[in-house]
Amino acid sequence: MALQSYDDMNDLHMDALREIGNIGSGNAASALADMLATPVNISVPAVRIMEFTEVIEALGGPEEMIVGILLNLEGDIEGMIMFLLHQNFANELLKNLLGVDDALGEMGEMGYSALQEIGNIMAASYVNAIAAMTGLNINISVPSLSVDMLGAILSVPAIYYANISDKMIFIEDEFSNETLTAPNHEPCLMIPDVISLKKIMTNLGLEA
Amino acid sequence: MNKTIKVGISDLNIARSPDVLVTFALGSCVGICLYDQTTKIAGLSHIMLPTSEQGKNDRPYCYADKALEILVQRMVAAGASRRRLTAKIAGGARMFSNFKGGNLSNIGQRNVAAVKAELGRLGIPIIADDTGKDYGRTVYFNAENGQMLVKSANRGEWVF
Repeated sequence: MALQSYDDMNDLHMDALREIGNIGSGNAASALADMLATPVNISVPAVRIMEFTEVIEALGGPEEMIVGILLNLEGDIEGMIMFLLHQNFANELLKNLLGVDDALGEMGEMGYSALQEIGNIMAASYVNAIAAMTGLNINISVPSLSVDMLGAILSVPAIYYANISDKMIFIEDEFSNETLTAPNHEPCLMIPDVISLKKIMTNLGLEA
Repeated sequence: MNKTIKVGISDLNIARSPDVLVTFALGSCVGICLYDQTTKIAGLSHIMLPTSEQGKNDRPYCYADKALEILVQRMVAAGASRRRLTAKIAGGARMFSNFKGGNLSNIGQRNVAAVKAELGRLGIPIIADDTGKDYGRTVYFNAENGQMLVKSANRGEWVF
């Protein structure tokens, strides 16, 4: 059956996404370890197709404070990739990186820049996984950051895809190491448009 | 006892005094509060997109050019007078200021423009406007007095 919407995904497609999630998360963990100069462990990520409203509920409701890092995907793939970091996890990352407590509150621009850089590296980790597996050429835009209510942040991809789909690929990573103690189930949302999703699956030999 | 009635994304509802309507975490979406002072009937719509032209038509509450007409009809059916209605609007922010996403980058602005055009077409005056900027807003609309309370995550809160 031709892949025409997120609802048409079968088990093989989901397996392929899990594999992308695994490789991407592995890349992301080593990139984080390099940045923090300390080993970072990562669990096998949970990969799910979720609706926007489900994502909001899963992450604590519309008013939950969150750090959103948004990048555009361009080239053979069109879409967005968004990382959502809980505020305390973002602060712990910055504390490790810059040695300052409450860096988000106190450092403003510098903390933001550091997080954008983390987003950039993480996005590249996933995008490189897709590129390596599919041979597709994918570019990512400069990251953009917002610290605000979850619902408001997710309204951006929700609006962008409102006329196409209300679903997205939800990859939940659990990072841990000796110095990161905050709750750290940090989701990455991959939102390729359906044509791009089909391209990915076609290049993996799962679509005609 | 007053009730608080939640309005989700791409949703709308009405309330009578002393109940309160609320919609959480408006980003680039726009919240439109309509009020009839005399009957104390309030309506709140949370739209996501300006127009339904290119999109699917199965979710009219999603679009500025569909939802407001429906909200007015619901309020009139409940006893409000169309010519007494006034509007207060909030939202339409640009959440990611340097994000280049084609026509997405100014979607908040386009939503606000579409809401204003539609309110103009319906002949409803806008008496308060807290739109644009770059942060999320939760909106409480009180049917008892027509007050719109806007709460942000870290910029404070305001009454309109």
